[in-house]
Amino acid sequence: MSSQKESTVRTLTVAVLVCLVCSVFVAGAAVALKPTQLDNRLLDKQRSILSIAGLGRPGMPAREVKELFNSRITTKVVDLETGKFTDAQDPKTFDPLKAAKDPKLSKVLSGEEDIASIKRQERYTTVYLVEKDGQLDTLILPVRGYGLWSTLYGFLAIKGDLNTVIGMGFYQHGETPGLGGEVDNPKWRGQWPGKTLFAEDGTLAVDIVKGGVDPQSPKAVHQVDALAGATLTSKGVNNLLHFWLGENGFGPFIANLRAGEA
Amino acid sequence: MSQPTIKEVLFNPVLNNNPIGLQILGICSALAVTSNLKTALVMSIALSLVTGFSNLFISMIRSQIPSSIRMIVQMVIIASLVIVVDQILKAYAFSLSKQLSVFVGLIITNCIVMGRAEAFAMQNPPILSFFDGIGNGLGYSAMLIVLGTFRELFGAGKLMGYEIIPVVNDGGWYQPNGLLLLPPSAFFLIGLIIWGLRSWKKEQVEPAAFKMAPQVSNKEAY
Repeated sequence: MSSQKESTVRTLTVAVLVCLVCSVFVAGAAVALKPTQLDNRLLDKQRSILSIAGLGRPGMPAREVKELFNSRITTKVVDLETGKFTDAQDPKTFDPLKAAKDPKLSKVLSGEEDIASIKRQERYTTVYLVEKDGQLDTLILPVRGYGLWSTLYGFLAIKGDLNTVIGMGFYQHGETPGLGGEVDNPKWRGQWPGKTLFAEDGTLAVDIVKGGVDPQSPKAVHQVDALAGATLTSKGVNNLLHFWLGENGFGPFIANLRAGEA
Repeated sequence: MSQPTIKEVLFNPVLNNNPIGLQILGICSALAVTSNLKTALVMSIALSLVTGFSNLFISMIRSQIPSSIRMIVQMVIIASLVIVVDQILKAYAFSLSKQLSVFVGLIITNCIVMGRAEAFAMQNPPILSFFDGIGNGLGYSAMLIVLGTFRELFGAGKLMGYEIIPVVNDGGWYQPNGLLLLPPSAFFLIGLIIWGLRSWKKEQVEPAAFKMAPQVSNKEAY
């Protein structure tokens, strides 16, 4: 039997059969689980948007998250070049992160522009709005940038005055646990609410400083204490905020919103 | 060779023949996923299931596998199982799968899975092989749980994400040991555990690979 077992035909047959059975098995599982996975990814994003905007409570069941998100939050697509809302993409299906990889929908950033080290920037992106009595109450902007090891993906929520921070946080990153990973620490995140992004003359003033914020300083309202032992992550967060709030990011869009022309 | 019993193959790997402690296999993931207990637990379950079922399937077709392609056949089966586990985690435990990220995929290259397939499942009947896989998974799990508990408790003052010791950062008294959250700390811990294990169970001490030459006197050296 053993000689028959080792024949070429036999070997090929076993190989083909094993591959066939395994591929059917893997493909079946992937297809069957796909809807649940997409649902989960969406839910995870919605949950972090809600928590950063200060809506809802942590550990809400999935159904509540969806309900709250759908009833309170409006998703809109912004053209980053003109800084205006656009209908060029469907906000429900548009994925800015995918678009950032598509040469037709994104551009390469030059080294000088690319302070957040993201290499490619999408032309259109989605923003999230909370409206109250027809007025903009909260604006939630997606931000991302490189820290020490990884790209941090998160959201910045600001009030209707387009200046005061409601919250800032990341839903995905790979920074060192205990050091850079402390960007998730509720205590650190708790420093953000109430800070203002722009100085009175309209320049971008938000800053992450080392060695603690001096509450006496007139700049204290723009400053957040850096993470202990995580200089590069703190710098990365500072850079990504400056990038996304600057000229190449949401700067023009915020200016347009302020002028009522978005 | 007498046939081992199910009880033997199931529980021997926990202390007597621990895959990490004695065979020193699967160290990579043991360093990477044990910074907190939750990921360690999920990884343990995932690895035990993969080892168990890969042993079962490989053992079922062991008499059909031509020896010239046996390794690649084992790999195909293991890889398929790992992909399925990864997909299930993504669907039902999304935040955990985000934390485990690449390490679930890396179960494919975990030496324990491959080692058991080649060393045990190729020679033994399916049911026994299945329990051997689960048993080795248990051995791996035992080590991961010890590491995870220790590292999370003393590195972050928490267990399963719940606060046990109030740490200084949140207004408590405990200054956490940041080193424990970094992968190298698991090296030290595994080393200490192996030392402890071998002092307790002397038969696990390996014979020395080299015999040290007697001290040379100064005179001889010149």
